Amino acid sequence: MSSKGKAAALSTLLMGLGQLYNRQWLKGLLFLAAGLLGIYFFVFELYDYIWGLITLGETPSGFVKVGKLTKMVEGDHSIFMMIKGLVALLAALLMALYYALNIRDAYLVGAARAEGKRPHTFKQSLVMLEQKHFAYLVLLPPFIAIAFLSVLPLLFSILIAFTNYADPILPPANLVDWVAFDNFSKMINMKVWSKTFGGVLQWTIIWAVLATVTTYIGGVLVAILIHQPAIRFKKFWRTVLIIPFAIPNMVSLLVMRNMFNNQFGPINSYLNFFGLKGLPWLTDPFWAKVTVILVNMWMGIPITMILAFGVLTTIPRDLYEAADADGAGAIHKFRYITLPMVLFSTAPLLIMQFAGNINNFNVIYLLTNGEPVNIHYQFAGHTDLLVTWLYKLALNQSQFSFASVIGIFIFMIVATFSIWSYTRTRSYKEEDMIQ
Amino acid sequence: MRSSSAKWKLRTSYFILSVLTVISVFPALWIILSSLKTGNSLYSDTFIPREFTFQHYIDLFEKTMYPVWFLNTLKVAFFSTLIGTFLLLFASYAISRFRFVGRKTTLKLFLVLQMFPGFMAMIAIFVLLNAMSLLNSHWALILVYSTGAIITNVFVAKGFFDTIPKSLEDAARIDGASHLKVFFSIIIPLSKPMLTYASLMIFNGAFVDFIFADLILRTEEQRTLAVGLYKMVSQRNSTEFTLFASGAVLVAIPVTLLFLFLQRFLIEGLTAGATKG
Repeated sequence: MSSKGKAAALSTLLMGLGQLYNRQWLKGLLFLAAGLLGIYFFVFELYDYIWGLITLGETPSGFVKVGKLTKMVEGDHSIFMMIKGLVALLAALLMALYYALNIRDAYLVGAARAEGKRPHTFKQSLVMLEQKHFAYLVLLPPFIAIAFLSVLPLLFSILIAFTNYADPILPPANLVDWVAFDNFSKMINMKVWSKTFGGVLQWTIIWAVLATVTTYIGGVLVAILIHQPAIRFKKFWRTVLIIPFAIPNMVSLLVMRNMFNNQFGPINSYLNFFGLKGLPWLTDPFWAKVTVILVNMWMGIPITMILAFGVLTTIPRDLYEAADADGAGAIHKFRYITLPMVLFSTAPLLIMQFAGNINNFNVIYLLTNGEPVNIHYQFAGHTDLLVTWLYKLALNQSQFSFASVIGIFIFMIVATFSIWSYTRTRSYKEEDMIQ
Repeated sequence: MRSSSAKWKLRTSYFILSVLTVISVFPALWIILSSLKTGNSLYSDTFIPREFTFQHYIDLFEKTMYPVWFLNTLKVAFFSTLIGTFLLLFASYAISRFRFVGRKTTLKLFLVLQMFPGFMAMIAIFVLLNAMSLLNSHWALILVYSTGAIITNVFVAKGFFDTIPKSLEDAARIDGASHLKVFFSIIIPLSKPMLTYASLMIFNGAFVDFIFADLILRTEEQRTLAVGLYKMVSQRNSTEFTLFASGAVLVAIPVTLLFLFLQRFLIEGLTAGATKG
């Protein structure tokens, strides 16, 4: 057997052995230590965790008679078992990857040795790592963070959608079970759920379309207004009108909530002052919807305005001069030069904002909290979006499984739009053109 | 005829702009004036209060835990920005510059992660932290914010790095500089606009987030400003409105000033994000 084969075989047998065979002592020992830890984990721990993930526990909590006394015995906690199982699975996958890389490394170094090259010392190996695999080296910290704080929680949430983890089945008192697609079919077929889901989904879409279109058109119009050649103090107008964007939206929303207060808020006071009747801004289903759209315009128009203004300044003057020479009027110039130019450059923004608005939690939650309550809905109000409903279901009602189902639906909606738009952007198509 | 219609058009434009200006600044003015008026009720019969007082600001510091919350917020926002910006730079630089195995997969992973509503992961993180008994810790918040920062900003940052010519690095590499050296002494100084944008976004996100912070921070002395403010409104808005008003003004001032001063970077970043996807 060749030396590279031997090294690879040894490394397959036990991590680090191949490296030791290649006379890379420090590296070999480090690998060996990691390998032993890995084996311990695989042999003694992994099985329990996987078993937990599959069964979600078998012993419920309960009272057991011990002699004459009844004792409370803690059973399996299904949710912790699930999380631990997932973590273990993730760790096992990473370990397996490490193992494969270890074999590959032993093989390659062995091959180099066969050609008469001296294997790298530990220091050289580190330098090689920085030189050759810099991308992996710097990607490692963000990757670990994302794996454990983003991917893992998401996987957990997705799995929850396939269990019956919802009030009244809550650990540690009860065991949670896998129920496959039950929650999805309930969401669509069971009257209480389907009615709420349909209603909330409908409003979510209407909201996303209206919120996006109003801020977009508003922003472009304001930008055009300021950009007129005859308007003076352009910089002043721009700075003043960007203020709503600069104020943290959490603060301005809470302030707005008080401004629109039916009884004491300033808006109704002023309406009364002018002899008009105040409006039920936040308490009537229809007006509450109007209010959230209006407030959203206040917050969203500045961004579009700024971006559209940027586009307007880049439209070449001679286009307009040529149009003037042809005798085009103001309306024609707007219709055939300004509008297409602005639309073309800001179209990706439009799609991004639409996706963002579907998930626009803050506006609804802080302004109306989804209210006024709709008695025909399951834990939702007239202005609730899918996201705010999800939040209420999970945190106020402990309906975790249904919340996860909604999360998956939201993902599917957003994903459809995003993929459609992303594949059309320049940065995707022309990825490698720059370099 | 023509000139008079142009005049009218101009006058109407100025009129509309003035109205818009009033609408834009009204809420800010109103809340500032409310924070300065006497009494504690939401209702006021005049726009400008009859009497001015700083009592609510004094109360804020003496009767609530506002100063503690302020320090907590600064700590969380500062470290989230620091760690988040670094992780973001590393990740986006690697993706922009190197053609490694698994690069496309990484890009797709980021894309997919962006599409899930943030709350879905939040609840799971809550259970996870609970299991590790890390609840009520600022570091849990910091880690989650920094990680979130990578996911939300990676495409803007990558797009920015794509525009830096590769020849700059190649020259330095030929001179024998290591990748890390190139990164720190060439790339980072060149990415100041993007760095400003990203860190401002992360700072702002950590500064104003109340949802996740509310979930994680269990005791009053661990709270951040946003959580404190939110609690103030949800628990006692009608009775202590003016106190809330002064709190809101103090939260808004640092972020608003940052935004206005760094406007240029912000707009550049947003433009890049909007056109690069």
